[in-house]
Amino acid sequence: MANEGNKLNQIGNNVLYFFISALIIIAFPVILTIQMVGKFIDKDLLVFKNKEGEGKVRKFIIDKWLGETYTAQNNRVFVYFLFPALGSFLLFVALPFIQGLWFSLTDWNGLNTGRESFIGFENYRTIITDYAFMYSFFRTAIYSVLNILVINVVAFSMALLVTQKLKGKNIYRAGFFMPNLIGGLVLGYIWQFIFNKAFVEFGGALDPSILINGDTALIGLIVVVTWQYAGYIMMIYIAAIQNIPQDLVEASKIDGANMFQRLKTITLPLVAQAFTVALFLTLVTSFKQFDTVTSLTQGGPATQLPAWIGSIYSKDLLPVVQSTNLIALDIYSEAFDNYEMGIGQAKAIVFFIVLLTFSLIQVYYNKRREVEM
Amino acid sequence: MRKQKIGLIFLEVLAIILLIVFFYPFYIIIINAAKSYNEIITDPLSLPENIFQIFSNAKEVMEKPNINYFSSFMYSVIITFVSLVAIGIFSAMAAWVLVRTKTRYSLIIFMIFLSGMVIPFQVVMLPLVRLLQTMKDITGIPFKGTVHGIILAYIGFGAPLSIFLFHGFIKSIPIDIEEAAIIDGCTKSQVFFKVILPILKPIFVTLLVLNGMWIWNDYLLPVLILGKGSSVQTLPLSVSMLAGNYFKDWSLILTSVLTAALPVVILFLFAQKHIIKGMTSGAIK
Repeated sequence: MANEGNKLNQIGNNVLYFFISALIIIAFPVILTIQMVGKFIDKDLLVFKNKEGEGKVRKFIIDKWLGETYTAQNNRVFVYFLFPALGSFLLFVALPFIQGLWFSLTDWNGLNTGRESFIGFENYRTIITDYAFMYSFFRTAIYSVLNILVINVVAFSMALLVTQKLKGKNIYRAGFFMPNLIGGLVLGYIWQFIFNKAFVEFGGALDPSILINGDTALIGLIVVVTWQYAGYIMMIYIAAIQNIPQDLVEASKIDGANMFQRLKTITLPLVAQAFTVALFLTLVTSFKQFDTVTSLTQGGPATQLPAWIGSIYSKDLLPVVQSTNLIALDIYSEAFDNYEMGIGQAKAIVFFIVLLTFSLIQVYYNKRREVEM
Repeated sequence: MRKQKIGLIFLEVLAIILLIVFFYPFYIIIINAAKSYNEIITDPLSLPENIFQIFSNAKEVMEKPNINYFSSFMYSVIITFVSLVAIGIFSAMAAWVLVRTKTRYSLIIFMIFLSGMVIPFQVVMLPLVRLLQTMKDITGIPFKGTVHGIILAYIGFGAPLSIFLFHGFIKSIPIDIEEAAIIDGCTKSQVFFKVILPILKPIFVTLLVLNGMWIWNDYLLPVLILGKGSSVQTLPLSVSMLAGNYFKDWSLILTSVLTAALPVVILFLFAQKHIIKGMTSGAIK
């Protein structure tokens, strides 16, 4: 079995080598050849025979002017212009993605790179029976739901606030947007200091630091991400609110609608498209959360596995798990701390499928609610 | 009327309070970056005794031998700048030929790019690291830990969104302009560089902002391709190095954090309108 897997893998590696060599070493000669051949392939002869239509005649004249046929030039430019973007995309995104599907079926563990063997769906079985991954998934789900709710409620309220006729509305907008400029990693360090050093001075629920308890640490993370992201989402809502036709608002005022009625019957339906976008963005960023949580909590603090997950995996003694070890972080540590690359890759693919499913469902349901203007 | 006015004043006050809440973390960071280690431990909320401490803190951060703060700043600038220009021009070129060539191939290639937008980085990161190693074995050119390696990767990862935005915009440019340019004697590539590229300026600005914020603040791709502690470092990497090495020495960490965030904040103050417009219009499309 292992032998067969190795053979398969060698073939896989050979194909890979061939692909890369082709891209890097052969690509330039290929382009040159296309350029040379392009001069000889004169597809425009067809046009020449059949020169009805102004466009074709014009094209023929242009061709003769430029000395190279228009079609040949077109083909050459097509390849030239496409090559840099397509080449780096295929090499750095598409190829690793396809390779990743294969690696998730092997026992690649960092030490046997190039010698790993095919083990079928073993990795997927391992992660399904892994209570820590289940827990990490569960925490990511809780975090994402809360995060999406909080960010959108805060952002929408702020958008409503700064679209009123306030004196300093531009300052408020810029101010609320400002935290978004700072990168997730740096932000985590900032807030680690604020939670651990500054806020504990206030006493009460903030002392000791909320980062030392698993559940409050998750709340802390939501606070941080809301602080960072709400201003950005707010801008999306502002753009939508400003697109609402003013005559609709005025007509409703004349009809005697109060602020809440206006919100419910005019604003909310008309910004539905912005809701789709904002929910999608917050869903994706919550799910992919990595930078902030690395620097804020490093996945910790340690906590006991909840009893209900323990009972699924029939653990009588509840093991210790990391309470803010969100999936993106879990994939990273599986690969680079445990060197279980194959399992890490399988986790990543499960993660991808779940993310894709949820965002498609979300977009589908929200699209149905949108109002066509 | 009067009632409305009171309501507005109430909202104004609410907005100001909210603004103060939003700025409070910035305030705490700035006052503590200007303190010595002992000062922070005793009272993190008080104002600093000596505001000029911030300069000596900054100097100390710059002079840490294993952090190389200045060089990582320069690398960050170079990597961000080159990637931005390359992503912008290459994606515009690709999008243009994809729009103007109406064949089955151009549609398929466009769809391939679009599908790249939904792939999260986590799925490709492990094979990517290995691929870079393999590429070195085959060609002898190192890609890990080098500037060109990470820039090429950024072009690959930035291309889908950029091409998508350019594609939508170029479709709305009338083809008559290009035909006129060809009649006037432009070659195909001159049409692009002299006629189309200037028209694309608004999308270019949007993309500069979107990609610029992402690349400047990115941590995961640099940590994988460059690696912590190698000779080529970006700012997020050296901040995390510093925080790891001088654990709990908050006066240093906060100062480095401040210097990492400062360039973007200054840029924001100057180009606020472009940045906000760029980020939101990018999202809505």
